[in-house]
Amino acid sequence: MLRSGNCAINIYWLQVNVMISYARFLRACLPALAVMVTGIALAQSPVTLLNVSYDPTRELYVEFNAAFARYWKAQTGQDVIVKQSHGGSGKQARSVIDGLDADVVTLALAGDVDALYINGALIPQNWQQRLPHNSAPYTSTIVLVVREGNPKAIRDWDDLVKPGVRVITPNPKTSGGARWNYLAAWEYARRKYGSEAKAKAFVAALYQNVPVLDTGARGASITFAQRNQGDVLISWENEAHLLEKEFGNRVDIVYPSISILAEPPVTVVDKNVDRKGTRKVAEAYLNYLYSDEGQDIAGKNYYRPTSAKAQEKYLKQLPKLPLFTLEQAFGSWARADKDHFEDGASFDQIYTRK
Amino acid sequence: MSALIAPSARSRSPGGTQEPKWVRVCLIAVALAFIALFLVLPLAAVLTEALRNGVHAYREALREPDAVSAIRLTVITALIAVPLNLVFGVAAAWAIAKYEFHGKAFLTTLVDLPFSVSPVVAGLIYVLLFGAQGWFGPWLQAHDIKIIFAVPGIVLATVFVTFPFIARELIPLMQSQGNDEEQAAIVLGATGWQTFWHVTLPNIKWGLFYGVILCNARAMGEFGAVSVVSGHIRGQTNTMPLHVEILYNEYHSAAAFAVASLLALLALVTLAIKSVAEWRQGKILKALGELPPERAGVYAADALTLQPAG
Repeated sequence: MLRSGNCAINIYWLQVNVMISYARFLRACLPALAVMVTGIALAQSPVTLLNVSYDPTRELYVEFNAAFARYWKAQTGQDVIVKQSHGGSGKQARSVIDGLDADVVTLALAGDVDALYINGALIPQNWQQRLPHNSAPYTSTIVLVVREGNPKAIRDWDDLVKPGVRVITPNPKTSGGARWNYLAAWEYARRKYGSEAKAKAFVAALYQNVPVLDTGARGASITFAQRNQGDVLISWENEAHLLEKEFGNRVDIVYPSISILAEPPVTVVDKNVDRKGTRKVAEAYLNYLYSDEGQDIAGKNYYRPTSAKAQEKYLKQLPKLPLFTLEQAFGSWARADKDHFEDGASFDQIYTRK
Repeated sequence: MSALIAPSARSRSPGGTQEPKWVRVCLIAVALAFIALFLVLPLAAVLTEALRNGVHAYREALREPDAVSAIRLTVITALIAVPLNLVFGVAAAWAIAKYEFHGKAFLTTLVDLPFSVSPVVAGLIYVLLFGAQGWFGPWLQAHDIKIIFAVPGIVLATVFVTFPFIARELIPLMQSQGNDEEQAAIVLGATGWQTFWHVTLPNIKWGLFYGVILCNARAMGEFGAVSVVSGHIRGQTNTMPLHVEILYNEYHSAAAFAVASLLALLALVTLAIKSVAEWRQGKILKALGELPPERAGVYAADALTLQPAG
């Protein structure tokens, strides 16, 4: 009786021991398992980035995102999906401030990116010093697009103020591109006629010739090319080349004697990437814009690359012309906004006088 | 009394109006030209533009991942928004049409509010409430809940904009029917739910059906309010109308019109269902009209006023 009882107890203990050791084994394995599982998850679960950009960059980023996904996969084994959102630059900045979950923004002008610091503290004040060339991996400029054969003989900014020439340009209140257009014309006149007052009169005369103000650069292009409004479109250089590609023989590009160097800046949105844990891949994404492949894709899509090698390659389609920077001509975006685009500034004065 | 008027109204109808023939022809021609110019022509334009590059390109445009995701999001939005408004709409119409209470006029006005507010404002309301800088923004962000620039925001904006459709369709119908039948049902011992299910619902079913169809059409077609809260993330928060705009802006006119043709198709289906609904309603009323006079008397007047052509 006693023996068999002992035996039962022994068997019981044996079972308990086996269970305990099994549990111990599991517990010992757990960290290793966890590392393995997360390792697999990290390598295999695709990471998603959201690039909030302005209107004309759609084609550029479709191509660049595919290139970056290949590069990142080769580097880390991880898939990356980059989602795109496009719209007027100012409107897009506003959406990011209102909570659109952008990992990176690639906007039309530094002023719109500054808004992310001023209105939401989403990025640090020194954001523009974090990447080379004032955080502008590619640049662009403002050119003129005319109807086939240039029937109104438009060669330079001067021709835009002639009577009977209808000029298409978007509204500088809502469009980043339109501000570049406005400032390019202003600086041309100031250099040619020698005073701010004469520059203002010149720009006023120019806007007398504008029949309609679209809200964004792409809208203005469509008004000009698809709806056949106006004789000349003031446009981003890349947008002009895109129009030439789409509408082939119906439009010609005219390079003015001088224009403005537009630097569309890019930045990581710190507050969002730190919350989502995507800082590393977001930074790699922007750095890749400066790589040989990134620069080549920019040139191919009619943006002016910043690397000498790519500049050389695309010299034919992006010819050299005298360009002044915004800082040289107007000091800073804050100054330019205050002098020209805020309520009651120069644009309101010349446009309401109409 | 209505039974007395009815025969004379019927006997006059085959003769038609007394106007000379050319007046009639001109009026009909003007009406037809107007319809052709403003309704048929745009529809034909959408279809021809959509098929400009052939059937293959048309199919490709609809199978492209961003288009598929836009269609899916639109359907999801409608699937959430329409049932919600079905419940809200029936409840609101029921309260307004069948009961007397303080603030009834105010409630009726409130139901109409989304019709009178611009869709852009409707969208901005939600940005002001749920945006990162809005009233509830910091709390939502702390709890990692996304409303604006995500599906919930799009659904909210759609629910707001389409709110009046079902209620507006039902209120006049329920008011004209009165609550005699409901009172009879209650007197005979029916519960509230039985009254609704067996008496009220059968009476309003075609009107309700039409309201749902209209609500659905608007939910799928809404642009303004959704545009404000969408964030325009391709393949994620773009609905069909937004996708059409994007394609058009990218110079993909044929693809834009291919997706637009789906929305046009939705409009046609809506019209067809509306016709069926009205036809069925008419048939019920006609059947009532053919009942013996002592039973039909009450309904005949209604039947004739709803069917002027007799």
